[in-house]
Amino acid sequence: MDQHLLSIVVFTPLAGFVILLLIPGSQKGLIKLWANLTAFAGFLVSLPLVTRFDRQAGGFQMVERADWIPTLGAKYLIGIDGISLLLVMLTTVIGFLAILSSWNAIEDRVKEYYAMFLIMQTAMIGVFVSLDFFLFYVFWELVLVPMYFIIGVWGGPRKLYAAIKFFLYTLAGSVLMLLGILTLYFRYHTQFGTYTFEIADLMKIDMPLGMQQWVFWAFFLGFAIKVPMFPFHTWLPDAHVEAPTAGSVILASVLLKMGTYGFIRFSLPLVPKASVDIKIVQILAVLSIIGIIYGALVSLMQQDWKKLVAYSSVSHLGFCTLGIFALNPNGIAGSVIQQINHGISTGMLFLIIGVVYERRHTREIAEYGGLAHVMPKYAVVFAIAMLSSAGLPLLNGFVGEFTILQGAFERSWVWAAFAVMGVILGAAYLLWLYQRTMLGQITNARNLHLPDLTPREFAVFVPLIIWAIWIGVYPKPYFEILEKPVQQLVERIRPDYYQGAVKAQAGVRGRPLSSSQADGDRARAITVHAGAAQ
Amino acid sequence: MKFLDYIWLIPLFPLFGAAVMLFLGRFFDPQPASDVAVALGVEDIHDEHDHGHGHSHPHEHDSDQHHHSHTHDKAHARVTGHEHSPHEHSRGMRGLVSLLCPGMVLLSFIFSAGAVAELSNLPQRLHEIRQFTWLAGLPFHTADGRLATFAADWGFLLDPLSAVMILVVTGIGFLIHVYSVGYMAHDNGYYRFFGYLNLFVFFMLMLVLANNYALLFVGWEGVGLCSYLLIGFYLHKKSAADAGKKAFVVNRVGDAGFILGMLLMFSVLGTVRFVDVNQLLRSGQFHAETAAWGVLSTMALLLFIGATGKSAQIPLYVWLPDAMEGPTPVSALIHAATMVTAGVYMVARSSALYQLTPHTSTIVAAVGAFTAILAATIALVQNDIKRVLAYSTVSQLGYMFLALGVGAYWVAVFHLFTHAFFKALLFLGSGSVIHALGGEQDMRHMGAVKNKIPVTHWSMLVASIAIAGIPGLAGFFSKDEILWQAYSSPQGSNVLWAVGLVTAGLTAFYMFRLMNLTFYGKSRVPPEVEAHIHESPLTMTLPLSILAVGSVLAGWIRVPKVWPLPEDFQLLERWLQPAFDSAAAEAVHEGAHNADVEWILMAISVAVALIGISIARYFYHNRPEIPDSLEARLKPLHGVLLNKWYVDETYDFLFVNGFAKGGGRLFGAFDRNIVDGGVNGAGWITRLSSNISIWWDTWIVDGAVRLSSLLVKISSYPVRIVQTGRVQAYALFVVVGALAFFGYYMIRR
Repeated sequence: MDQHLLSIVVFTPLAGFVILLLIPGSQKGLIKLWANLTAFAGFLVSLPLVTRFDRQAGGFQMVERADWIPTLGAKYLIGIDGISLLLVMLTTVIGFLAILSSWNAIEDRVKEYYAMFLIMQTAMIGVFVSLDFFLFYVFWELVLVPMYFIIGVWGGPRKLYAAIKFFLYTLAGSVLMLLGILTLYFRYHTQFGTYTFEIADLMKIDMPLGMQQWVFWAFFLGFAIKVPMFPFHTWLPDAHVEAPTAGSVILASVLLKMGTYGFIRFSLPLVPKASVDIKIVQILAVLSIIGIIYGALVSLMQQDWKKLVAYSSVSHLGFCTLGIFALNPNGIAGSVIQQINHGISTGMLFLIIGVVYERRHTREIAEYGGLAHVMPKYAVVFAIAMLSSAGLPLLNGFVGEFTILQGAFERSWVWAAFAVMGVILGAAYLLWLYQRTMLGQITNARNLHLPDLTPREFAVFVPLIIWAIWIGVYPKPYFEILEKPVQQLVERIRPDYYQGAVKAQAGVRGRPLSSSQADGDRARAITVHAGAAQ
Repeated sequence: MKFLDYIWLIPLFPLFGAAVMLFLGRFFDPQPASDVAVALGVEDIHDEHDHGHGHSHPHEHDSDQHHHSHTHDKAHARVTGHEHSPHEHSRGMRGLVSLLCPGMVLLSFIFSAGAVAELSNLPQRLHEIRQFTWLAGLPFHTADGRLATFAADWGFLLDPLSAVMILVVTGIGFLIHVYSVGYMAHDNGYYRFFGYLNLFVFFMLMLVLANNYALLFVGWEGVGLCSYLLIGFYLHKKSAADAGKKAFVVNRVGDAGFILGMLLMFSVLGTVRFVDVNQLLRSGQFHAETAAWGVLSTMALLLFIGATGKSAQIPLYVWLPDAMEGPTPVSALIHAATMVTAGVYMVARSSALYQLTPHTSTIVAAVGAFTAILAATIALVQNDIKRVLAYSTVSQLGYMFLALGVGAYWVAVFHLFTHAFFKALLFLGSGSVIHALGGEQDMRHMGAVKNKIPVTHWSMLVASIAIAGIPGLAGFFSKDEILWQAYSSPQGSNVLWAVGLVTAGLTAFYMFRLMNLTFYGKSRVPPEVEAHIHESPLTMTLPLSILAVGSVLAGWIRVPKVWPLPEDFQLLERWLQPAFDSAAAEAVHEGAHNADVEWILMAISVAVALIGISIARYFYHNRPEIPDSLEARLKPLHGVLLNKWYVDETYDFLFVNGFAKGGGRLFGAFDRNIVDGGVNGAGWITRLSSNISIWWDTWIVDGAVRLSSLLVKISSYPVRIVQTGRVQAYALFVVVGALAFFGYYMIRR
């Protein structure tokens, strides 16, 4: 039992799904109850992962290995390190809350709806624990299907457009990623004479920089569309706007993290030379920074509540990718923490929209205003979510943002100087949204008698608020969980980082503002070093 | 050593109060089931009112609108408070709120006082507690390639500087809490107000007790949040929500500078803990950047940008006047006595850094001086009593930065200390006036009320004399020391001194303009309001009186050196010395101390203050027609001042509508048309090529297939004709065929 803990976590939702199929579709109450119980069980079984996880140990833990398709070299190989642990926990928590939030929202095709969510839950956890590229790809693609149906069946007026766009756009990226995977696969065969999809094996491949760059860009398309990075983000607002609330929550909180996770787990360690290549790093940084500022500015002028939050995701995810490509411990650790934070705060923001959408069936910001008068509890919850998203200290967002900014600053003060504008604009669009929806007079008579949060709705928010405060006040455990995996990752891409080398700067205390230049040199030096090592 | 070990409790008391209020407050102080109807009602009145007054002063429509809506909202809220009062019966529970929240702050004050008393017995006058690692980041490379850890404690530091700050915050904070009990008595959201106010005190104490910059930033942002919440306290007012948002966003601009400053500090020094930072900077490892602009100068400048946001200096001062939308106790506590001095505190806290960066210090002094005089000119012509005080606050904060910029850190803290008394008093007094006049804030509708509200009048008079700089009262000592330092310090100059002096004259003038317009002369109060003028309750007048005493005495802790008084009157300077390590600098400076010059300068500044007071008296009491004719003759200048030099309009144009909204719209269109257009275009091309393929497939590929079938069909036609399936026909064919073969055979034969 113990050695299969991780498999249990992965397949509990799927087992629940199988039993769900046996319940007649007319038993709506029973279906809801069962789906919620399964999701909650999925969360409970994931708790031992945290307690059994050894923060001091490096490498992957709770590894399970079995042959799957021996002729291809594909294995059932799963395991977690600190990075995947946090994302798995995010998935089990958010997955449960998303299902819980659907109780009254969905009355149509209830059985199919919950079935989709349970399948997706397994697929998402699978993505974060797979250590075999083939297995990973299966889970990665499997996620698309239920989400396609969730948007396409239970979505808003333009659901078909949004669902198809989501599916095709991300699929196009995935297929290119598959080419990258196959390149590594055959390259490994050329070098070692066997076929394997195992990540640890593929890391042994010796590849020239030029080829690494091709593979990097192939991966990049797959992951950047998923994140989404500017300019591959336009599927996101449509998908969010049309998706039902729980779909949006899962989409924002978990699905997008598959992209950033991909960069951390695959791009960086598998093609390290390309990942530290100065041109690639600069392009990625510029795209991230554009994403941060552009997403925030576009968000500012949205008339649609959900679209506003969707664009704010582009801005926040820009921080995450910027942190990753700062290629230093704080950048990467901050990025992972910010991914969790974004899951919490944006998840809350989408749930908040869902609450009023259920009551009014509109997402036009202009339709609201003054809601704080009739929904005081709701106003408080929204305020906390907003502040968490805006990065107020003692709430989660600040810890992630500040750590990422430190990583970015270490790389180049210019990056940090631009990224910090996202912090200003973040406050602007969120406060303005809050003012337009919650403050002032009630100008629309239809809002006069909106009921406040019900206990069930409130219960969905409580864990997220507690989590947000926990990360904000005591983030130490998160950094401890991330310390080892991040160190291993950084040592893989910049082998001499932890020796604190770089004496080139000894005499420049007077002018480290030129450090971006020096950093470039440093990165180049590392590239050379890595090349020499092979 | 009891209190010293419990300094971490000092911020937690008010946090507890805030938590109780915000989570359970509804049970103590039930709100009207729904004040929505009230809100809607207010809106009607509001519209009507804007029309009524908007026309009479078209050139200041904007500020008038704000202000009148406030007036009436508050008045109306009071009325409805009485009408709707389902909570009338729960006044007892409300009493609990009134007891708990000020009580928590009092508790903090007691612990603070105890800790400060114990601190004074410590030889090194420094006590640090580190509870746990709050921000426990990972290793990083400093600018010179060392490996350091990105970390910040949850820790507290009590030294002479933070000692002064916690006493001001908890002491004045307590008085303002007591005052609020009376002032907010008729407002809805009583518990919410006290919850926010306690939360503010928590964050403010975090700010001044933090032992590192990152934790200071927690308080820094937290007070900004409370400021936002309290400015927008009257939920139904759009102007209040606008002002709150403006305050938060403008502060965020400063915060961005602060964040970058901290990151640069991490990068250069590897730590942000005050003790370590100061030790490193004073270790001799770093040299003063006198010759060229260096990294330390950048660091100091970035931190100062943060300070300009929080402490309302050019270019980021614009939020503070608008912040007056909040209830008056908030203006007194947050926007006069405590939060806005956070920037001064932070720069003083970084004195070791600023001592090494003369270029940045010059910028600080110049910005301070310029802000002081600019804000004072605006204050000359404002008609809203709270706005005059708001600009006065900006101006006085400018003085503090002037002192910081010339290296007189303790003097800045001195002025911060005295200013906290008299400015809090002025705001609370103005609140009492507004309270007495049923919500009126426009000084043009006041006058001749001094006998009706005597306590308010006397206390405000004391505060006005204090801020004007008349010897013997608090303001004189600190302001005069700033002027003296601006003149005599090595980093000072005659220009800085002269700007400070002119500002002092302007200050005396606008304060006594305010006093004359409000309390003396002819009454311009509408008769229906006049009938109800009443002195405020004891909960309000008692804090006024205590603060008035403070406004007299607070300055005597450091009298001018040339005064022939015992050493004890130099208390503050000696107390603060360890915090700034300024003994050495002071000794050098002392040599240049010229008693004659100091006496002369003192005389000049007192004379200027008296002149300012006299002109104000003459203009607004003896000959009230003069200001009107002046206003008419200097119309353009008056307009510019009244409209605050059009700075708000410029910022709106450039940043709000230009950068943010304009950029948002532009990028929004770009996103829809170009980026998403590309995606949809790809879809369209796919569909087009699909259509072409369909056509090709239908007509060419499948066409070939169908053509071949057609050919077969055509070629089979003749055969099909005879394939009728009728046996008789087949029999006939057989017979015909047989005959034909037979005939052929016969013929060939």
